[in-house]
Amino acid sequence: MLHVLDLMASFWLGQLNLKALPPNPIQWFGASLIILVPIMAAVLLTVTKRWRWLYREWITTQDPKKIGVMYILVAFGMLLRGGADVALIKTQQALSVGASNGILSASHFQQIVTAHGTIMIFFVAMGLMFGIINLILPLQIGSRDVAFPFLNATSFWLFFFGMVLVNVSLVLGDFAATGWLAYPPLSELRYSPSVGVDYWIWSLQIAGVGSLLAAINFIVTILKMRVKGMNFMKMPMFVWSVLGSMLLVAFAFPILTATLTLLALDRTLGMHFFTSGAGGNMMMYVNLIWAWGHPEVYILILPAFGVFSEVVATFSKKRLFGYTSMVWAIGAIVLLSFIVWLHHFFTMGAGSDVNAFFGIMTMVIAIPTGVKLFNWLFTMYRGRIKLDSPMLWFIGFVVIFTIGGMAGVLMAVPPIDFQLHNSLFLVAHFHMMIVGGVVFADFAAITYWFPKIFGFKLNETLGRWAFWLWLVGFLTSFIPLYILGFMGATRRLDHYSASLGWQQLFIVSGIGAALIGAGVGVQLLQFAYSIYKRKDNLDKTGDPWDGRSLEWSLPSPVPFYNFARLPEVTSRDAFWEAKKIHFKDNRKYEDIEIPKNTPLAFLIALMAFLFAFSVVWHIWWVATMALLAIIVGLIIRSMDEQTDYVLAAQEVEKLDKSHLKGARA
Amino acid sequence: MKSQTRTVAADVMVSLHQPEEATLKKYVIGFTGSLVLTFGAYLLTQYGALSKPVMIIVLAILALSQFVLQLIYFLHVGKEFSPRLKLLVTIFMVLIVFILVAGSIWIMDNLKGRMMSQSNMVKYMNSQNGL
Amino acid sequence: MSEAVSELKVTNKLIAKYDKDTKTIFGFWVYLMTDCVLFASLFAVFAVLRHNTYGGPTAQGLFNLNYVMIETMALLTSSFTAGLALLSAQRKRVKHTLFWFGVTFTLGLTFLILELSEFSRFVAQGDSWRRSGFLSSYFTLVGTHGLHIAIGLLWMLIMMAFILKRGLNDTTLKRIRMLSLFWHFLDVVWIFIFTIVYLFGVLGV
Repeated sequence: MLHVLDLMASFWLGQLNLKALPPNPIQWFGASLIILVPIMAAVLLTVTKRWRWLYREWITTQDPKKIGVMYILVAFGMLLRGGADVALIKTQQALSVGASNGILSASHFQQIVTAHGTIMIFFVAMGLMFGIINLILPLQIGSRDVAFPFLNATSFWLFFFGMVLVNVSLVLGDFAATGWLAYPPLSELRYSPSVGVDYWIWSLQIAGVGSLLAAINFIVTILKMRVKGMNFMKMPMFVWSVLGSMLLVAFAFPILTATLTLLALDRTLGMHFFTSGAGGNMMMYVNLIWAWGHPEVYILILPAFGVFSEVVATFSKKRLFGYTSMVWAIGAIVLLSFIVWLHHFFTMGAGSDVNAFFGIMTMVIAIPTGVKLFNWLFTMYRGRIKLDSPMLWFIGFVVIFTIGGMAGVLMAVPPIDFQLHNSLFLVAHFHMMIVGGVVFADFAAITYWFPKIFGFKLNETLGRWAFWLWLVGFLTSFIPLYILGFMGATRRLDHYSASLGWQQLFIVSGIGAALIGAGVGVQLLQFAYSIYKRKDNLDKTGDPWDGRSLEWSLPSPVPFYNFARLPEVTSRDAFWEAKKIHFKDNRKYEDIEIPKNTPLAFLIALMAFLFAFSVVWHIWWVATMALLAIIVGLIIRSMDEQTDYVLAAQEVEKLDKSHLKGARA
Repeated sequence: MKSQTRTVAADVMVSLHQPEEATLKKYVIGFTGSLVLTFGAYLLTQYGALSKPVMIIVLAILALSQFVLQLIYFLHVGKEFSPRLKLLVTIFMVLIVFILVAGSIWIMDNLKGRMMSQSNMVKYMNSQNGL
Repeated sequence: MSEAVSELKVTNKLIAKYDKDTKTIFGFWVYLMTDCVLFASLFAVFAVLRHNTYGGPTAQGLFNLNYVMIETMALLTSSFTAGLALLSAQRKRVKHTLFWFGVTFTLGLTFLILELSEFSRFVAQGDSWRRSGFLSSYFTLVGTHGLHIAIGLLWMLIMMAFILKRGLNDTTLKRIRMLSLFWHFLDVVWIFIFTIVYLFGVLGV
């Protein structure tokens, strides 16, 4: 009888059972927090009667501006989650010396480190990046939309549900304890028998497919939807860098998809790609994951470069120095970033010929990056520099990125890498690149373009406080890691001997992390305060920074159709040039096609989530149903040939005139 | 002036309704060519008496020729108006695929030459009491 | 004058429509290119693992080239007939289009059944994907292609239903062009599977 019950349970629930719930108080606490967030959101929505609003304005929306805002909200939420992980990691490392074992078990600590890396890269850095691209890119190329709005919404919701899946692992089961790239054979079923690695695989798989679709979308948008007159060499630098980045996503993410699938096949179907026996080759995994992983680094940094190109030119009141060389630098980076991947595993045992080739390539790729850095500095040279907070983030970036970049070139030398591989020196290096490079750029971008999307500026004083806390905290946190790395401290270290004398440095690093935490706190305060006091900071002109590109020609906040009348571009810095001459505007209003809202993108992504969740737990009947539901969803979508509605020219004119009046008042 | 030419071009295309110039002739050329190349490769492998390295090169050339043939005659690459974005993206793809496949083989082959074979490793581990 | 203006408006609409269609088809092309990279990863894995037979069968012992040749012919011919279907569709001949898609579907299905029966024969012999690294990568590479074929067949069925219901309107035509691209693309991938997996395999490269 019991046996029959067991069989039934395993059919209906797969491997899911009560043992999946968190085993100890700290994990219970984390789980309750994660459950509390959606519950509180639901209560808030019910109290303020905003469910319908949520559905109409956000869940079903096809507007890239709203999708961009949602990306950034999710990314900030995940910044807090990843930050909470940091708090635990730093506390553990400061306390777990000698006889003391700190606050976390080794396995729990490894899970937290893995979650931190996965979340920060895939759901914070990528999220902020896609958010900003969604907000700004169509505006900069004078377009009313992206090429495929429905696909865009689907991408976002896939990203969103990938994020949900990572967080579900806090409540049901555990997360991978393998490090953020889950090297086999540790990540194989034999050594990681729990569902942790499966959660990791499938959340990345969903989010990764979302990113891939988004990349295709933006490539087509940039190549096919630029406004009349904007040829390639007249595109703003941000557009160029997004094009480079999206090409990398489109051609690197399939490698990730394939690699994750192979690992999943090993784990679920008993294949032997990366197993330590039966003809598997675990080194092939390392090779493949970095063939994706290295371009990924440039995927993140290129848009950041683009943001800084815009910010520096605007706040120096000068044309960007060396536009053509910037374009060539991006091209060089796109190509070179595909031929340096071995520098992540110099120590794996390849011969000196292979190592030397990839070492040299790694040094070569620093050249175009250096070109860009000097171009920004030359843009500032003799400019009328205004040190608003976006510009502060830029200066912080130059300092940190240069230190981190030089550490990178150092490690490009294989014999040196043999000393520093997997040490905290490496950890310090890549945090300087990703945080100092990408995250600082994203904060600069948010401050810079905030008024364009919401119609009011962020509070500058709090912005400066946030910047200084971040900068000081960041240096305090990571300079000690360089030193610890030299002393031999490895990454993902949950315990060390007291005689090593590392504890002080770990404590200093922890204090730095706390300062960063305070910086994030000030940022949240900045958002809250700026929204509360928005009347004081209204942007009535639409051009609060004296900008150069097309988005600043629009009223703030940008109306849902972006451009009432499409501009014509005759030069680089189109809006800057247009401001200098007063031309008679006799363009006519015309009908605008706007995509209708639809819940299908959300539902398809929800089904993808259900599929992934049930594969993690081996609940095959739900997985099958979810897959069928996705197919049905796509068929339903394809039956609808009228996915747009028309906003009549008179209506556009009326709306536009009322915006202009609002701007003058 | 530019927009005028564009209008005319679009007009012509729309009226013809054959923007990618798919024609029967092209499909027949593509199909026949592919048949010849496939059968050539098959017959060479079954009945050919070439040495292995030569065989590899010949088969690779046959496959790549068929690839280019189908790209042109079935997938109509290179038959669009300027800027030839489709062609550019395709070339970029070929480049990346080459880097990925050739690079992986190079790296893994190099490693293999410096590592114990798996069967020897198992033997060694067993001799060390399972290590 | 007014006639000229209205004519211009119509042309503009046509251009807008044409632009939108080329945009979609170009986007689909970019997707196909990304799919090529996915296959390239699987090819790389196959190339690295091809000799890791772990005491199991080698490629030479396993593959029957004549059988594979029949599969290849079915697929190649279906690629040709998919082109004929597109031609008929562009000439607005509903019946011809349906006929050629029917032929393509039958050939594609034949290919898939042949492939699956080969798979099941291997599994029945005890040479499943669990046997060795070589077999894992063989089943995954060829199976991923087969999965694409299955998706293509499903798409073709839906496409035929659309042609029956709605005729060959602009949207249907655009989708037929994408479907035919997809199908030709799968044939292109098969060239390499045929050469690298089967021909090289039989030669023992």
